[in-house]
Amino acid sequence: MASITAPTVAMQPKSRPAIGWLLHDGMVVAKRNLIQTVRVPEAIFFSLVQPVIFVLMFAYVFGGAIPIPGADPDAGAQAYREFLVPGIFGQTVAFAAASSTVGLAEDLHKGIIDRFRSLPMAPGAVLFGRTAADALRQILVLVVLSLTGLVVGWRIHNGALSAIGAYALLVLFAYTVAWVGAWVGLHMPNPETASTAGLIWIFPLTFLSNAFVPLAGMPPVIKTIAEWNPVSSLCLACRELFGNPTGEPPGGWNVWSLDHAALYTVLSCVVVIAIFSALAVRTYRRSTG
Amino acid sequence: MTPSTADAAIHAEGLVKHFGDVKAVDGLDLTVPYGTVVGLLGPNGAGKTTTVRILATLLRADAGHATVAGIDVASKPDAVRRSIGLTGQYAAIDEYLTGRENLDMVGRLYHLPSAYVKKRADELLERFALSDAADRPAKTYSGGMRRRLDLSASLMATPAILFLDEPTTGLDPRSRLQMWEVINDLVADGTTVLLTTQYLEEADQLAQDIVVIDRGKVIAHGTSDELKTQVGGDRLEIVVTAGSELGAAAASLRAVSDGDATIDDDTRRVTAPVSGGSTVLVDAVRSLDAAGIKIDDLVLRRPTLDDVFLTLTGHAAEEVAAPAPTTGRRRGRKEA
Ligand SMILES: Nc1ncnc2c1ncn2[C@@H]1O[C@H](COP(=O)(O)OP(=O)(O)O)[C@@H](O)[C@H]1O
Ligand SMILES: [Mg+2]
Repeated sequence: MASITAPTVAMQPKSRPAIGWLLHDGMVVAKRNLIQTVRVPEAIFFSLVQPVIFVLMFAYVFGGAIPIPGADPDAGAQAYREFLVPGIFGQTVAFAAASSTVGLAEDLHKGIIDRFRSLPMAPGAVLFGRTAADALRQILVLVVLSLTGLVVGWRIHNGALSAIGAYALLVLFAYTVAWVGAWVGLHMPNPETASTAGLIWIFPLTFLSNAFVPLAGMPPVIKTIAEWNPVSSLCLACRELFGNPTGEPPGGWNVWSLDHAALYTVLSCVVVIAIFSALAVRTYRRSTG
Repeated sequence: MTPSTADAAIHAEGLVKHFGDVKAVDGLDLTVPYGTVVGLLGPNGAGKTTTVRILATLLRADAGHATVAGIDVASKPDAVRRSIGLTGQYAAIDEYLTGRENLDMVGRLYHLPSAYVKKRADELLERFALSDAADRPAKTYSGGMRRRLDLSASLMATPAILFLDEPTTGLDPRSRLQMWEVINDLVADGTTVLLTTQYLEEADQLAQDIVVIDRGKVIAHGTSDELKTQVGGDRLEIVVTAGSELGAAAASLRAVSDGDATIDDDTRRVTAPVSGGSTVLVDAVRSLDAAGIKIDDLVLRRPTLDDVFLTLTGHAAEEVAAPAPTTGRRRGRKEA
């Protein structure tokens, strides 16, 4: 076997401020996670199947049965479909948390985390890389879902700039729930539990919202929860930005979170990221040493 | 092994680590001088992995003190990580990445310049006979290839000190020999190695110094030869052709042996304690020949490390192999 060259000056580690290393190392880990996506296309395929089925099922099965307040009564099922598609976007990006939870639980279960831990890399980079990759992956998911939406009659009415704003909000939201998912994943004893029990919270989060049905018809307590659920403000903000029916009752929302849907969504994301990134980094450092 | 501890590559004193009620490491002392290979030998559950994880900064000791490359592992783990490589019991590689991508990722996380990372990865892939498989996902690799890739990853930053936790456990004999060759090469290049093993033969083959541990404690250390001497020296065994000559054989062996010979009538065997290595064999043959005694067999028995283990612990090394509990806590890993 060939002999190994002696260490030379060329191998001296580069120097950079700590935050720079966190970004650098986070990107290296994110790249690794994105390569995984490419190598296991089944995973992303199946993560697309569910929302696509939801779009088709809600659009064609329930479509006509769900009236949208404020929408043109003649539009009927068409109004619901335009209402629904941004809701499915919101619901789908919320599930970005699932890949963070399961992915981290798998990493912890395998030896790879020991490799990361024995390297002089920035603490937290494993988590930053994971959450970034999981959010970025949602861009592809959103492209496919948007195409499906176009097929069922959903349209962008307010121009490209607003639409980009809506997609940016969705990706920000994906990044946010990815942090919550990462924190959950760090507490899972094994990947199996992670992919079942670790995902339970996402269901009430997405269903107690305006993602699929207008808030108007909900019973009082549920309605209040849904009004303050950031998934609702996210879906509403997207509907506004895309120019789709919002389901706003004639008297208005009369609740701050929905009157300022985009702002409330961004604020929620910032607060949740701050809290859960701190918690997750702390748990990661503890649980792995 | 009594070098000055100040310039030792690895030095540990009184390490203790509990997991609940289990004392995984129980007051362990260890010194590995630069440029040597020390084998940490013990049965499953002896505390080898825990010790390595503490030294490699993956785990904090409950008590005790350790330095690696002169740096305190507890207070400056990052500095320690720059000087060490770790190849764990389970291959710490990403299955979905190719071999080359794995090395690239690790090199970048060591913060090495990209050009160097590329060159070093090529070098290591070639050295470890992985060039052909370099662009295939590691998922498709055999057990031996995974270990070699894992080891390559540990070597990306050319660490002066290498931890190898059971580097050949689970490998087929051919891969094991390959791994031994690789380890010997590294040592020839001057790398300091702390290696753990359950295989007595492996410690014997690779390590100059062997530290025998059981239940988290060091129960013996020394060279392989010193350990064998501790158990009792060499023995000369002969089998005579005719049972009637047993007495005469014992008498003629007295000239070459260190003590009285013992006779086993059933097997026509005479055993005598000897020293002086293989010249004893020549002397014994001459002596028996002079006495006109015909023999069927003649061997010089050196105690094996298995004997060492049995003598030191009262139980054989491999027998105690209780399945490592992977209870409750997160570290229920599977063999890669
Ligand atoms: N994370 C852990 N949680 C609980 N017990 C552990 C853990 N790691 C190791 N142990 C226990 O500590 C003891 C020593 O384990 P280990 O260091 O893995 O031994 P070895 O590597 O020599 O087989 C064993 O009894 C093992 O069950
Ligand atoms: Mg072990």
